Amino acid sequence: MDIKRRKFLKLAGLSAVAGIGAPSAFNMLLRGEVSASEGKPSGHGGGEGHGAASTTKYRYGIVIDVRKFASIKGLAGKCIKACHTIHNVPNYGNKKDEIKWVWVESYEHAFPEHSQYKRNERLHKLPILTMCNHCDNPPCVRACPTQATFKNKENGIIMMDYHRCIGCRFCMAACPYGARSFNWRNPREKDSQGRYRFLERINPDYPCRMRGVVEKCTLCVERIDRGQIPACVEATGNTGAMIFGDLNDPNSEISRVLRETFTIQRKPAVGTHPSLFYII
Amino acid sequence: MYDKEKIIPGLIVFVLIAVFPILYNRGNAGHIPNPEKPKAARECVRPVQDMRESHMQLLIDWRTDVIRDNGARYATAAGGTRYARSLQLGCMKCHDSKRKFCDECHNYAAVKPYCWDCHIEPKENM
Ligand code: SF4
Ligand code: SF4
Ligand code: SF4
Repeated sequence: MDIKRRKFLKLAGLSAVAGIGAPSAFNMLLRGEVSASEGKPSGHGGGEGHGAASTTKYRYGIVIDVRKFASIKGLAGKCIKACHTIHNVPNYGNKKDEIKWVWVESYEHAFPEHSQYKRNERLHKLPILTMCNHCDNPPCVRACPTQATFKNKENGIIMMDYHRCIGCRFCMAACPYGARSFNWRNPREKDSQGRYRFLERINPDYPCRMRGVVEKCTLCVERIDRGQIPACVEATGNTGAMIFGDLNDPNSEISRVLRETFTIQRKPAVGTHPSLFYII
Repeated sequence: MYDKEKIIPGLIVFVLIAVFPILYNRGNAGHIPNPEKPKAARECVRPVQDMRESHMQLLIDWRTDVIRDNGARYATAAGGTRYARSLQLGCMKCHDSKRKFCDECHNYAAVKPYCWDCHIEPKENM
């Protein structure tokens, strides 16, 4: 009798555990699977190059002609200044605290998966202008526990709601491009004369950020919504160094350039489907 | 009662000290908040009473609608005034002094909204 009861209890316990645990584990797996592939069964990045068509109405992207940046001195600096002034991005003057929305990277750091063996000198000296890639399959969005980082349903821009950001920096770990910066200190710190220490000038029409939040390039969504082009693209003037447009529109200039020119993306093999393209 | 002559005056002094602030301020309701209204603007985006009660909710709704749900960045008030659905580009374009408008009531009610941790008040000294 006693043994039977022990057996019965063991069995009952086991089946209860199985009954409770199995479906939820199963669901988790199922959900993980669904969000990881997101209706792009062939989209493992590498083979697909430029990425599958986006599910959002628009998908904005930029083609960056690095040759122009190499030949026109100071052009990259002009873009960076335009962006950082308009968006009140602080300059802390040291690498550790650095906040960057757009910056210049070396060829070997921007494209580490390319072979660097006996590369010609020209490539090593290229200033590669980089910023958030506004990935069509953004790992930062999946990593964010608060939905402070999200993909806009209409224009596909990867945006941030700084009110929601808790500063956990998961998104920074998830982004393969280093496109996100954390505010280690208060960007609007003032010196003894009441001047901003890290902002040369303030744009009163745009907010700043506070200590403890992450920030990055917004693809100038506030300008796009008003019918303007991104500030960095505008700063290149008529040099043709940057071409901004809707990748979903087959007739846009950017789509035409992508069809006609050989371009590369940063780290396509990680499957993020970047919306920035480079002419080297 | 022992020490009557010490205890009773002591109690009287204590009560006087305790009620002194009340007597001193009688008939005076203290500083009443008086937010300065913009002189040029004709109408606000919502009726005044709505704004008094729920401007904070309106701001949060604008934020979510504009950045997440692609709501319009501009709208028109009941009386035809066009405005930007934005704290810095909307509200503060008419209410151009945080100190004379926002702070009046916020200080009175002892609330510390964190808007200004990121947002920039008009003509903040730079
Ligand atoms: S580049 Fe980084 S931050 Fe930008 S969308 Fe891609 S993963 Fe996110
Ligand atoms: S730091 Fe902010 S945006 Fe990044 S994952 Fe955490 S909550 Fe999301
Ligand atoms: S798109 Fe706008 S936010 Fe992004 S780097 Fe260019 S100027 Fe800055």
